[in-house]
Amino acid sequence: MSNRTLQFKIYRYDPDKDQKPYMQEIAVEVESTDRKLLDAMVKLKAKDDSIAFRRSCREGVCGSDAMNINGRNGLACLTDLTTFPEGKPIVLRPLPGLPVIRDLIVDMTQFFKQYHSIKPYLINNDPPPETERLQSPEDREELNGLYECILCACCSTSCPSFWWNPDKFVGPAGLLAAYRFIADTRDQATSERLDNLEDPYRLFRCHTIMNCVEACPKGLNPTKAIGKIKDMMVRRAV
Amino acid sequence: MVNRVVVGAHYGLKDWLAQRVTALVMAVYTLVMVVLLSVTGGGFDAWRGLMAHSFVRFITFIFVLSLCYHAWVGIRDIWMDYVKPTAIRLTLHVLTLLALVGYAGWTTQILWRL
Repeated sequence: MSNRTLQFKIYRYDPDKDQKPYMQEIAVEVESTDRKLLDAMVKLKAKDDSIAFRRSCREGVCGSDAMNINGRNGLACLTDLTTFPEGKPIVLRPLPGLPVIRDLIVDMTQFFKQYHSIKPYLINNDPPPETERLQSPEDREELNGLYECILCACCSTSCPSFWWNPDKFVGPAGLLAAYRFIADTRDQATSERLDNLEDPYRLFRCHTIMNCVEACPKGLNPTKAIGKIKDMMVRRAV
Repeated sequence: MVNRVVVGAHYGLKDWLAQRVTALVMAVYTLVMVVLLSVTGGGFDAWRGLMAHSFVRFITFIFVLSLCYHAWVGIRDIWMDYVKPTAIRLTLHVLTLLALVGYAGWTTQILWRL
């Protein structure tokens, strides 16, 4: 693949200077070695250094460069440049539903508040053993597809329930993490965790529309985890 | 009163479960009615003949109750999403409840008048 020029339309907003947000059209030439959207964005930043976005590991582990790419939430570092159709500009916007700090950078406070509200750590009051708390391979298996979440917020910010009630609904990312600890056989606070979620807002705002599953760049399934939490509540209640 | 976010109403499971169960009831009723009507044929007399059986009246009554409960959970969810002021929301909840109870009563009257 030879060099080619990519057209971009980027959401720009600097609250110190701009009255309101606007879309900036800009083109950048990429080389054949530039594989991912983030590579192109780094070139973009070299061309116009006023563009602000978060990035760090550039390999889908840190979750910093989550953004709305052509209307879908995803990580710039995992999005292949070949997936974009020729001749159409690539439209980049900040993650929807969160306050914009500047350009593609959003304020994630609300998102992390919800994550912290589910106590994302092991609660076990037994004295720690000499080596480690053991699990059977089958019990460990249940944590697959849960612990891999990188908290990029692609899922929660694609969820209408989270848009309407970000202060009350935990959101897919938080609920996935909640189930990660509910499912953990080493955790002793299962009942408290279920109590904490048994609420018309915190858990039951989820109406299973599965935007979260479609958005997750790590291929995780928060909807399934939410379903399992509901199953456990039913089992507990009947 | 300080305007803090309050959550933790400790309900939700019952309504969520009821919404699923009532959906199932309505789906089964629809199937039963489609079968019954395809056997008896449409038209006023066929409907009337069908509703003369107290069993059909009974399952229709159960269907309407399911519909009302299902609608209550669904409509309340909409108010909870889009109407933020507590007083207005509570008013809407009450109006919805009254309307649904009214509809259920009205349906019962129609069913046993036939």
